[in-house]
Amino acid sequence: MSGVEWIIPILLTVITAATPLVFAGIGELVTEKSGVLNLGVEGMLLVGAVAAFVTATVTGNYFLAVAAGALAGAFLAFLFGVLTLSLMANQVATGLALTLFGVGVSALIGQDFVGIPVDALPKLAVPGLSDIPVLGPVLFGQDALVYLSLFMAALVSWFLYRTKGGLILRAVGDSHNAAHSIGYSVIGIRYLAVMFGGAMSGVGGAYLSLAYTPMWAENMTAGRGWIALALIVFATWKPGLVVVGAYMFGGITILQLHAQAAGLDVPSQILSMLPYLATVVVLVLISKDESRIRKHAPACIGKIFHPAA
Amino acid sequence: MLLKIEKRPEPSRKMVYVTPVLALLLTVVTSMALFEFLGVNPVEALRNFFIVPINNKYGATELLVKATPLILCAIGLSVGFRANVWNIGAEGQLTFGAIVGGGVFVYFHDVDSVFLLPIMIAMGALGGAIWGGIPAFLKTRFNANEILTSLMLVYVALLLLSFLVHGPWRDPDGFNFPESRVFSDSATMPVLLEGTRLHFGTILALLAVFGTWIMLAKTLVGFQVKVIGAAPKAGAYAGFSQKKIIWFSLLFGGALAGIAGVSEVAGPVGQLLPSISPGYGFTAIIVAFLGRLHPAGIIFAGLLMALTYLGGETAQINLGLPVAVTGVFQGMVLFYLLACDVLVNYRFRFNKIGKVTS
Amino acid sequence: MGDGGTPHGALKPRLELRGITKAFPGVLANDKIDLKILPGEIHALLGENGAGKSTLVKIIYGVLEADEGDLLWNGVPLRIASPHAARKLGIGMIFQHFSLFEAMTVTENIALGLPGRQNMAELARRIVEVSNNYGLPLEPHRHVHTLSVGEKQRIEIVRCLLQNPKLLIMDEPTSVLTPQEADKMFETLRRLADEGVSILYISHKLDEIKALCHKATILRGGKYITECDPTQETSKSLAEMMIGTNLVAPEHVENATRGEVRLKIRDLSMETSDQFGVNLSQINLDVRAGEVMGIAGVAGNGQVEFLEALSGEVLSQDPANIQLDGKPIGKLGPVERRNLRLAFVPEDRLGHGSVPEMDLVDNAFLSAYSQKKLLKAGFIDRSTTTAFAEEIVQKFDVRTAGVSHTAGSLSGGNLQKFIVGREMLQDPRLIIIAHPTWGVDAGAAAAIHQAIIDLAENGAAVLVVSQDLDELFAISDQIAVIAEGRLSVNRNIREITIEEIGLLMGGTHGAGERKEVSSVA
Repeated sequence: MSGVEWIIPILLTVITAATPLVFAGIGELVTEKSGVLNLGVEGMLLVGAVAAFVTATVTGNYFLAVAAGALAGAFLAFLFGVLTLSLMANQVATGLALTLFGVGVSALIGQDFVGIPVDALPKLAVPGLSDIPVLGPVLFGQDALVYLSLFMAALVSWFLYRTKGGLILRAVGDSHNAAHSIGYSVIGIRYLAVMFGGAMSGVGGAYLSLAYTPMWAENMTAGRGWIALALIVFATWKPGLVVVGAYMFGGITILQLHAQAAGLDVPSQILSMLPYLATVVVLVLISKDESRIRKHAPACIGKIFHPAA
Repeated sequence: MLLKIEKRPEPSRKMVYVTPVLALLLTVVTSMALFEFLGVNPVEALRNFFIVPINNKYGATELLVKATPLILCAIGLSVGFRANVWNIGAEGQLTFGAIVGGGVFVYFHDVDSVFLLPIMIAMGALGGAIWGGIPAFLKTRFNANEILTSLMLVYVALLLLSFLVHGPWRDPDGFNFPESRVFSDSATMPVLLEGTRLHFGTILALLAVFGTWIMLAKTLVGFQVKVIGAAPKAGAYAGFSQKKIIWFSLLFGGALAGIAGVSEVAGPVGQLLPSISPGYGFTAIIVAFLGRLHPAGIIFAGLLMALTYLGGETAQINLGLPVAVTGVFQGMVLFYLLACDVLVNYRFRFNKIGKVTS
Repeated sequence: MGDGGTPHGALKPRLELRGITKAFPGVLANDKIDLKILPGEIHALLGENGAGKSTLVKIIYGVLEADEGDLLWNGVPLRIASPHAARKLGIGMIFQHFSLFEAMTVTENIALGLPGRQNMAELARRIVEVSNNYGLPLEPHRHVHTLSVGEKQRIEIVRCLLQNPKLLIMDEPTSVLTPQEADKMFETLRRLADEGVSILYISHKLDEIKALCHKATILRGGKYITECDPTQETSKSLAEMMIGTNLVAPEHVENATRGEVRLKIRDLSMETSDQFGVNLSQINLDVRAGEVMGIAGVAGNGQVEFLEALSGEVLSQDPANIQLDGKPIGKLGPVERRNLRLAFVPEDRLGHGSVPEMDLVDNAFLSAYSQKKLLKAGFIDRSTTTAFAEEIVQKFDVRTAGVSHTAGSLSGGNLQKFIVGREMLQDPRLIIIAHPTWGVDAGAAAAIHQAIIDLAENGAAVLVVSQDLDELFAISDQIAVIAEGRLSVNRNIREITIEEIGLLMGGTHGAGERKEVSSVA
């Protein structure tokens, strides 16, 4: 390849690797901003992936497939809400349960669909623009979900910081007792935030099984849900930084593909460790400054709310 | 609202025992509906899940074989969970323990000594402790969330094992399969009952249960674990070090998971393979909670979860049920348990309708 | 604003409650309570902790729903379903524990209390206008966590004022203010009343009720006792109506001779670890055997950090910063300090002084295992620990069904007695007590005060940190004031006036004076 053309496939794979993280990260960000820690992202991604994949194979309709992914994720998140918000179960334990449950359920639903190929989500080609060298295919030749992920990130950012609704959501996460005493429905707002997070994870899962690898395999998320959780800490709960972080991790994830193509003599397993090791390193770097985390983290995160009296 | 959830003045001791049973009943009922949906007679399915696997001596010992790693991992995790240290990387600690313990055999495969196995077990414990110690270090030194770091290390350990058995540790006489040498007799857990796979690891698990029970109930460090978990500020007030307890619970949990790992590869598995555990380290989280984070409870919960593994296999062979049912069942138990646990701290009350003029 | 005009002339009450009843599991919090507030009236709701005041105002504000009874607003019976509904009617509420969001700005906090959408710039302008108009200056763009407690309260008041309230409910508003700040707030309240706003003023501070309120309704044990005109009552008669028995002040013999110095604090400075905390700066103090040293101050002025430094939960830079009987202990941890017979009662009973989920035996072991030798050969000696727990329960009259019950199941007063007892029965040479009777019923408070005085008379040094000046005046021999992380010189309790303490609490010249004197000493 000559010139800068070689960078196009790299950029394209970075985008596809980053998009599920953008969805899951932005969704979980909203959940956490309301003061709820849902560690079940991995489970919601998986259930979203399998629901979307099954729907796509059965109906062939990608719009329905993505909607099914979102619904499945939101449903799992709703279960999480019932346990943690209505029945006041420990959020950490329930999040783990959600992941374990999601792994099991997705494997059960998807067992007859393993290995079936499906056409990848069609790319939108903006006539004229997507033919521009380098920038064209990267900026204007993506599938609809890539654009949706960035749009959602912008939308969430606008909602959180520019609307009264966003102010209320942040207030509930900052002090649920204060919010309750001035008359906001803490539980209701948190249900909405949790289910939004679930729906976004579901769409992220749909992206994995419809666009990233177009197929279904058990446990195909390979820890992306957990990486999305780490991303939020990395981004100190800011939507813009979640996107930046997702693209960074996308870059690290595809490093292995391109390093091997470039003939680098490193065992594939060692390269595959990179995203996980990078997550640990990033967490360490960002958490080192404890006061910074505490300043940005929603003050009520993970705490149980019981409107006592 | 007619139905109100009301905090109890103090946690109900009765409910602590009632809710796991209730959760189990709900899971069984839901599973029966699921079996019906999958086109299998629910009663027949339950029989295959819970009775057929253990209605003979071999089946009963297999139950113990499967329960052994679950109990070892869950005991370790329960200490952490009590201290509010969320180690969810037992699978990785188990794997790294197997790597370090099994590695002893890989390098000393021609040694025939009674010390080989004890050294492997000790190294397995050390390996697990190292893998648990990393999140402890990152947590105490850099404040990095142990949930995420311990989990990330699971993937690293699994990939490391895969790399080793595909590469440097591959059996030279193994036709290029990604497997280590088969462990020699002196590197294998002694079988306790002739004709079965019941092995010495089960005894180690029982020792761990007993020792942990004493530790939690009777010693200062056990008391510290409980106080730091329930009220960290009260722990600081009493002069207990939270960092010490983070280290302790992760090293302890890691070591037990490491022993579980080595007892698997030196026991039923018999060699190092790319995959040595069907997710014992994750299922152990369920075992720990279902066992109420109590050593005695963990024995029962461990046996039950082991039964779901066996039952899943039996139901697959006899009824053609997908193996994935096991995972659903396990996840569901934990879900229902967490839901039912509301009854420990709260009670439901029907509200009188207030006579307020409107 | 409001109906304007005649404060007491209007005959129709703005708010009337008839027979309000509300039960919680095991308690009848409100038992047939009647209340009448006229337009422009400042009406006191007087009662001890647990008398049912908070429950009643939560019912008025729509947070709770009454089981029985009628509520009439301007003579019309209605039901207030939520705080939103209450605010719509014109009811505003200032909470005791502020309903503020620390991480947000003043404007955002106020916007959250207003209905509908706001133009933030416009709102900020109105905040400045209203707050200046009522002498409650606020900077709209500041983040709440950077503000003083008094400023935080202003946010709550301005939030209410922006909605043109007809009735303003204030729950213990002066508990967080210096006497001078309180006086200023009273002026604002009087002006509001003159404008026709009714004010329901909840307090147990008798002097301020006499100074401020036109009427008082007294509650005791969830029941309506009487309505009276507080200006016609003495503090003593009000107190007796509130408590129901004749008051006995703790017996307090002044120590003629002050003993040797037990606790010596020298140049103690400390950076806070809490982003909302206060740094300690150059604290010096001597506490002698046999005396009670009171530390006054508005909450959030470094008390938490000071107490952590004394208990050993946070270590000082130099061991000699803190000395006990001449021994430097600044670098010793809590257990080592306890072994030198320093005992400590923290502010937060649940979760700091005790583990709520654990039983009383475990909670007795918590801080006493070393002093009381409750470990035998490395194992917990459960029977000796149980005996110790039972001794605490018996000697300090802790009302509980048994020591196997959890700390969390005890009432505030009983748990406080248990913790105080656990510390005192370890025979301390120095005891540090934070807010000894905060949220405790009068009976338990009296018992705790007496125990503190007795302990000092038996030769222990006692350091009490409290926000309650009445309490400090009742039990202390010496008093010092903490403000903005600095500690004033201590003064004999009989030689200092409330006004002087108030000025020191405001931080006006506490620090400067300190330096002069300490250089002499």
